[in-house]
Amino acid sequence: MAMVQPRSVRYRVWATHFGLLCFIGIILFPLLMVVSISFRTGNFATGSLLPEHPSLEHWSLALGIPYTQADGTVLQPPFPVLLWLWNSIKIAVISSALILLLSTTSAYAFARLRFKFKGVILKSMLIFQMFPPVLSLVALYALFDQIGNHVSWLGIDTHGAVILASLGGMALHIWTIKGYFESIDRSLEEAAIVDGATTWQAFRYILLPLSVPILAVVFILAFVMNIMEYPIASILLLDVNNLTLAVGAQQYLYEQNYLWGDFAAAAVLSGLPITLIFLYCQKWIVGGLTAGGVKG
Amino acid sequence: MLTHALSSPVVDNKRPMTKAVFKWAAVGAVLLLALYLTVALYAQNQIAFALLFLVVIGSAAYIFSSPKAYAHRYIYPSIAGMVVFIIFPLLYTVGIGFTNYSASNLLSQERVLEQLLSQRFQTGEERYDFKLYPTDDKFVMRLESPAGQSWASAPFSFSELQNSALAVAPVEQTAPDSQPLGIKDVIKLKEDLKSLSVNLEGGASLSLAGLRNFAPMQSLYGLRDDGSLVNQQTGVVYAPNQDIGFYEGPQGETLSPGWTVTIGWDNYVQVVTDSSIRGPFIEIFVWTLAFATMTVLFTLAVGLVLANILQWDQLKGKGFYRMMLILPYAVPAFISILVFKGLFNQNFGEINLVLENLFGVRPDWFSDPALARTMILIVNTWLGYPYMMLLCMGLLQAIPRDLYEASAMDGATPLDNLFRITLPQIIKPLMPLLIASFAFNFNNFVLIALLTGGAPDIIGATTPAGTTDLLVSYTYRIAFQDSGQNFGLAAAIATAIFILVGSLSLINLKLSKIKV
Repeated sequence: MAMVQPRSVRYRVWATHFGLLCFIGIILFPLLMVVSISFRTGNFATGSLLPEHPSLEHWSLALGIPYTQADGTVLQPPFPVLLWLWNSIKIAVISSALILLLSTTSAYAFARLRFKFKGVILKSMLIFQMFPPVLSLVALYALFDQIGNHVSWLGIDTHGAVILASLGGMALHIWTIKGYFESIDRSLEEAAIVDGATTWQAFRYILLPLSVPILAVVFILAFVMNIMEYPIASILLLDVNNLTLAVGAQQYLYEQNYLWGDFAAAAVLSGLPITLIFLYCQKWIVGGLTAGGVKG
Repeated sequence: MLTHALSSPVVDNKRPMTKAVFKWAAVGAVLLLALYLTVALYAQNQIAFALLFLVVIGSAAYIFSSPKAYAHRYIYPSIAGMVVFIIFPLLYTVGIGFTNYSASNLLSQERVLEQLLSQRFQTGEERYDFKLYPTDDKFVMRLESPAGQSWASAPFSFSELQNSALAVAPVEQTAPDSQPLGIKDVIKLKEDLKSLSVNLEGGASLSLAGLRNFAPMQSLYGLRDDGSLVNQQTGVVYAPNQDIGFYEGPQGETLSPGWTVTIGWDNYVQVVTDSSIRGPFIEIFVWTLAFATMTVLFTLAVGLVLANILQWDQLKGKGFYRMMLILPYAVPAFISILVFKGLFNQNFGEINLVLENLFGVRPDWFSDPALARTMILIVNTWLGYPYMMLLCMGLLQAIPRDLYEASAMDGATPLDNLFRITLPQIIKPLMPLLIASFAFNFNNFVLIALLTGGAPDIIGATTPAGTTDLLVSYTYRIAFQDSGQNFGLAAAIATAIFILVGSLSLINLKLSKIKV
């Protein structure tokens, strides 16, 4: 398009800018609104985008600090948001680390070693990854009920169970790492093996140090996915202090107990760090996602 | 070649003896544990779980001990994770689809029998008020008959008594000095009291009849030699019926609870023939298809247009626009869905506030089916277009620029460019991703569960079914929300979805020509 330009191009550029800004305005309206609502007084207040009587009531409650209103009554925090955030992060970090550990070794085998049924295993992993866990929740519940009979810290209502269940979904990550391994030249490992290194040593001391960038990407990708996991955590976790953020957040908006303002503050507080992590890493995340699936 | 060198493990003929002994000891220990678990589970009649543990631990022992399976050691953990947490639950669910597993048929037959045999009924009219007097770590029980006569036991403790009866003898009416237990402490002892039987001196045997009194009680059901139960109060005989999983009387009346039995294709037949299930099922299925298709179309349309605009050379500030436009994708979905739930709220929601100020309308987003569906599509387009935009931006890079130069020479409009050059060029690599997106949205449980929960409900449905329910959320509600908790029916529908999703991903695999 560089060579041939219609005469009206300047107006079209301005029109495009205007159109895009309007579109962004509409798109960002919900997000701006939530930030604004979190500073309003009370849970039912309505008003403009800039609150007329800004109040830190909801933020104080979201941070777990009881709030004293102007008339002297004290509001108690309705839910342990920070605890939920901590639970979410704890579960996501541990399971991402485990996923990273296990999928790296698998990816190594798929990329470098030769064994029976390799193609079949790889393909069926991709297919099985598509089945939504929501549909087998009854079975998963029964499974963890059984496991809990023998190992209590992996039973129902434990974080161990959620972490363990997340190990089912590694196919996507294995594919991502495998692709990266295949792009690395084999000759270094070959040389090491000629010099007497074992397969494991070649993997551990030569390939792994070369792959740090992709491992970081997969870790972040798994972290984001685990933070957002909802169905499994919603049936495995019962106690209010055990919930993850994804499961707990909806409790603010029950018909009988509608805490809109409190929710807004909690949502901004807990959503912001995750959003920033995502934005910071979006280039790699998108690359990883296009390899095999969609945001879950 | 290297691959050969790698696949034949670098072993270890010179490995010290102790190491080998240690290895085999470890393998033996693991196998013993597996055997123990398997037998224990088998004894509890959990055959599926027994098999699972046997397979997983047995293959682990083989793979980590045999040099032939060296390469498999690397992939074992991820494969095991997939087998245990995806494939096994999937098969188990398919299995449940052929049973009547539900809230009314939850237990095994032995447990049902146990429960029924523990039911009791009061044989006489009179009730004996009781009081427990704590003495040191023991209790003394005093009973008082309606006629005013008193009995008392010797000091006893529940643990010493085991299951033998407590004997009480007539005493003077004067109460002991100490205070009897309050009702709160009695409630704490309820389980112990329930299993306690008290023998009055002179014959009658009493059991707990309420929180304050004992009464002459007898087992409601007696077990006969042929396995049937007889109601000792009415004399009716109930025979176990293995087809429906209930004890059944002569007129077909059943005793609750029932147990789980295999009922073959009945759940599937029910979906097809029972009109109060078939109607909602078809409606939900059609909506699910429409929802997934429209979501893909809308997100693709918005994403493609935006990607095209962002490709435009004349436009400044692309980085800023790009960052703003992918924000909806960066915010965790469970938060933005809940935000929309609040914004669309009919009474307090900001969206209705704006609409009322501008147009004077207050749409009922959550109770009108058409509006609720519109809302869901709006929200999902908001959530999903950045992904499509990012995909398209990547693919647009690959289109040769001179195609557009040529079309500009021929006087093509931007629309011509879009439909005659851009779309045909990117549709092929985009197709597998569109199918994946379709499959994902077909099962977009989180959106429905958090936004509407399926509401508003379909009128006349016997299962919980909503006009905005997708098949997944419908199955979830049948299994977990309905008072009936019909796991069997839910699993049957889940099986149908498995088949559908499975064939979609097979098609996808073919289309994307993945090389392994």
